Amino acid sequence: MKAKVYVTLKSGVLDPQGKAIQHSVELLGYEGIADVRQGKYFEIALDGSLDEARARELAEAVGRDVLSNPVIEDYRVEVEA
Amino acid sequence: MKFGVIVFPGSNCDHDAYHIISKHVGQPVDFIWHRDTDLGTYDAIIIPGGFSYGDYLRAGALARFSPVMASVKGFAARGGFVLGICNGFQILCESGLLPGALIRNRGLHFICRHVNVRVETTETPFTHELKAGEVLSLPVAHAEGNYVCDDETYAELVGEDRVIFRYCDERGGLTEEANVNGSRAFIAGICSRERNVLGLMPHPERACEDLLGSSDGSGLFRSLAATLAAR
Repeated sequence: MKAKVYVTLKSGVLDPQGKAIQHSVELLGYEGIADVRQGKYFEIALDGSLDEARARELAEAVGRDVLSNPVIEDYRVEVEA
Repeated sequence: MKFGVIVFPGSNCDHDAYHIISKHVGQPVDFIWHRDTDLGTYDAIIIPGGFSYGDYLRAGALARFSPVMASVKGFAARGGFVLGICNGFQILCESGLLPGALIRNRGLHFICRHVNVRVETTETPFTHELKAGEVLSLPVAHAEGNYVCDDETYAELVGEDRVIFRYCDERGGLTEEANVNGSRAFIAGICSRERNVLGLMPHPERACEDLLGSSDGSGLFRSLAATLAAR
């Protein structure tokens, strides 16, 4: 089983890296882009001893306590069998 | 009075802090490895600058899980003085000892130069020997020094007189150009509600000797030493 954790900046938080990426993409000539926000993606491999509900609980805890900073970031968890 | 300087893997201003305490403040000081947990004999703890854990995940994010940080929390809760400089400020925010967070500089670049900061209040154990409104020339060296917090936190910081330093121009003016990293309301340093924990991005420990271009940082250490001497 695998848990995927997505960490993204909260909507009000400025993302200078996202802005720089957007600028570069636009320089390449791609059009129609309104905004780019940079985030982080984590894959956590689980050893198989947990059922899906416990795996989700674990990934939620890791996302909340370690992978994200609640002052500036949100996180979202997906668990894959 | 006895000082401790915490050393994480990746700290690189630990010796600067040690030097200032031993040579300028002239007081006993120890390095404290991040796995140690006994802070019983110390009066003040410095969390120095650097790149603890290589800034992996977020600056300061992994250092907060080091065993010593639980002890620092207890130390601060008992009224001990904690000074976090640069990466130390980031660690204090990640640990929840100070509110808010430090994100990537507005201009994305690592900034390494002297900047001006204005002393916003002398009502702290770290600034009482300075003058309110005084402009200090201090070096910064960071890529993640852009202070952010929500409106509620900012109102609290201002209402409780906890913004200690603001980036400014040489005359003390708050101009957009002077705000080197894009911090909210020019914030360069804040303190805790109990005023015994201070975090700032500039490096006062690198500005205590005229030979290094400025000795404006010495007032902070002089204030802290005077506070401890009076206890």
